Amino acid sequence: MSDNTPPNVQQQSSAVQTTGHAWDGDLQEYNNPLPRWWLWSFYATAVFSVLYWFIYPSWPVGDTWIKGFGTVSYAVTDKVTGKEEEREYRWNTRALLLEDLGAATNDPRRKDMLANVRAASYDQIVKDPKMMEFVRSVGKGLFGDNCAACHGRGGQGVVGMYPNLTDDDWLWGGGMDQVHQTLVQGRKGFMPAFGAVLKPDQLDDVAEYVLTLSGETQPSEASERGQAIFQGQVGGCYYCHGADAKGLQSQGAANLTDRIWAIADVPAQKSVQDKKAAIKNFVAKGVNNTRIMPAWKDRLSPTDIKLLAVYVHQLGGAQ
Amino acid sequence: MSEESNPLYQKRIQIYPRSVKGRFRNLKTGILALAYVVYYLLPWLRWERPNAPNQAILYDLPGRHFYIFDLVIQVQDIFWLAGVLIIFAILLFFVTGIAGRVWCGYFCFQTLWTDLFMMVEQWVQGERPARMRLDKGPWNREKLLKRGGTYALWLLISLWTGLTFVMYWVDAPTLVTEMLLGSAPYAAYFTTFFLATTTFVMAGLAREQVCTYMCPYARFQSAMFDHDTLIVSYDERRGEGTQGRSKLGKGLKTREERQARGVGDCIDCGYCVQVCPVGIDIRKGLQYQCISCALCVDACDTIMDNLKWPRGLVLYTSENALNGKKTRLLKPKTIGYGVILTAATTVLIWSVLTRAPYSGTVEQIRQPLYTQLSDGSIRNSYEIKLNNKLTAPMTVGIRIEGLTGATLNMDGMERLELEPQERIKLLARVQIPPVGRNDSPGDQVTFIIEPLAGVRAEPIRRQVPFYTPEGGR
Repeated sequence: MSDNTPPNVQQQSSAVQTTGHAWDGDLQEYNNPLPRWWLWSFYATAVFSVLYWFIYPSWPVGDTWIKGFGTVSYAVTDKVTGKEEEREYRWNTRALLLEDLGAATNDPRRKDMLANVRAASYDQIVKDPKMMEFVRSVGKGLFGDNCAACHGRGGQGVVGMYPNLTDDDWLWGGGMDQVHQTLVQGRKGFMPAFGAVLKPDQLDDVAEYVLTLSGETQPSEASERGQAIFQGQVGGCYYCHGADAKGLQSQGAANLTDRIWAIADVPAQKSVQDKKAAIKNFVAKGVNNTRIMPAWKDRLSPTDIKLLAVYVHQLGGAQ
Repeated sequence: MSEESNPLYQKRIQIYPRSVKGRFRNLKTGILALAYVVYYLLPWLRWERPNAPNQAILYDLPGRHFYIFDLVIQVQDIFWLAGVLIIFAILLFFVTGIAGRVWCGYFCFQTLWTDLFMMVEQWVQGERPARMRLDKGPWNREKLLKRGGTYALWLLISLWTGLTFVMYWVDAPTLVTEMLLGSAPYAAYFTTFFLATTTFVMAGLAREQVCTYMCPYARFQSAMFDHDTLIVSYDERRGEGTQGRSKLGKGLKTREERQARGVGDCIDCGYCVQVCPVGIDIRKGLQYQCISCALCVDACDTIMDNLKWPRGLVLYTSENALNGKKTRLLKPKTIGYGVILTAATTVLIWSVLTRAPYSGTVEQIRQPLYTQLSDGSIRNSYEIKLNNKLTAPMTVGIRIEGLTGATLNMDGMERLELEPQERIKLLARVQIPPVGRNDSPGDQVTFIIEPLAGVRAEPIRRQVPFYTPEGGR
């Protein structure tokens, strides 16, 4: 039957006119009409493209472009006041995305939660499981965008460089209001260099004393000499670190009696000699223009700062 | 071989199935009625649920819950769906092995809707000869009215079919009102019209073409068949005799006369061919188009009853039985499928019945792994996820054990009220006192999440690692 007929024979049987052109002697071109549906589709696309020019932004014309009639409107929430403002924009995919985000089903819920957080006090936020869940999920993003570059993804910091936010040792205070203050105005850590003021053996003595404060070593003659320098006019360390060496948070001065070392990495050193050297080195050099936390009040909205304060507070080390 | 007889495709031969009465037709009609009652009325059934939608069957996608009577299925239980699909697949193998394509003939949506559409068609346009005449005849008032009426009715059924499908996903009464007011979501309109279109095209226009050319099942049915599978067949020995079939003619009226001449029992009336919804002649043997609806059996039985000859010229039987052997329904294949089917069903039912009313997971926060505090104690943080699967509130308590000297701090959220179907993430901090070099407080901590009020259930125990600095301090 016909199924066994070779294809070229089948084609011959359709007996279509050729265009009359011939190449290489016998190579001819069929003059097949276009299918009607195909032709109409083509005309339709032509008409459609004209409509498209008018509706959407399209061609550049001189210094400007054909702007089209298509617009997208979306709501913008003011970060400070929380007021909504409707904005209309020329049609583009970015505006379309913003519109879609605003129309998302959980967007009203997000706005409600933000309004709740704005209205609530720190105490209220901490006690509310739902609000805390919200703060932790939103705060994670904010922290990742703004803080993680220095303090690390989980807030663990870098010894000697950026404070660990997950422990309970706070140079400037770990209360929610103090964290808030730190975020708003920033901080600048300062400790004078004692390398020029104290002689090397005096530095040794001070280091010896500082080590005894957190129970690393037992008091000795040298540490008593160091204590005299610490408490006396020569060193004057107690001005900032306090007579009991617990530090003054108003100055950002470290508590020297706990086991946490923010700058001189004492726990990492194996021998007492190395621990002493780390402290001595630091006391000699001091801190100047190296421990600076920028102010965020001009970069983040009050709501964001509030969210971050709670987020940092719950990282684990808060007081 | 002439040049004209060289078509690239075969033109579709229109089928005008004739109606038939009989036991298989009744069975088919019964299943059809039952299926339609369930499909069209089920979304309207209300089901009292506190704090949750009151629709008996509701697949709530935005809320991420499936409500099936008293069963509330959450997203994480979606593997039950896989279980159901597996069970249906095995059930199909099982049933096909025993009774051929009964799914196709009686239960398939394509068959059911095509059947309904044919009933409408017959009601408006009349029996087979009338429909054929109308189809061939010129376009006049009658043809316009009858064709238009049929299409209008089909369209109504299609639209209601599409709309009913959407009702399973949203609240049905609200949806109908919204659809009429034009305020329903775009997806509802799209789904309704899409399904209405496909129903209209598939059940109204394409019909047997779907079974023959689109459905893959027709093509691999043979893989599931064996010699003991029950199929619709024509008893060729009885029907054809030695001299083939013949119409009732002179000297060929009674069985005795026919047998004497070697002519079979088939009187070649063609009724079995006319009733076939896929347009095949069962007397040519089993064909892949056959959907095992057994309407030809009913047709032939009717003829045989009229002639007062025994039934069973076209019958539901197996290849072995046709060849005079015994039909063995309990074959290793069937038993194997049956065992798997029973096992799968048991596991699924067990899983559904023993589902926990709530779930809880604990994950360690790994950045940082641990934190050393100013007094030397060590702290690890964990994220706890709780999920109340009930439509009622419950109270959950969280405590720890298995770590020497450990204390749990959750800012007062160790005891927590969970709203109906609430899921929440909590932060938990576990702290142990300073560790000496030779102490070994343990490197695991077990969280115990137990329901305190609202429900009685086994507590959930989750063991998670607790990290300490190497070698202590």
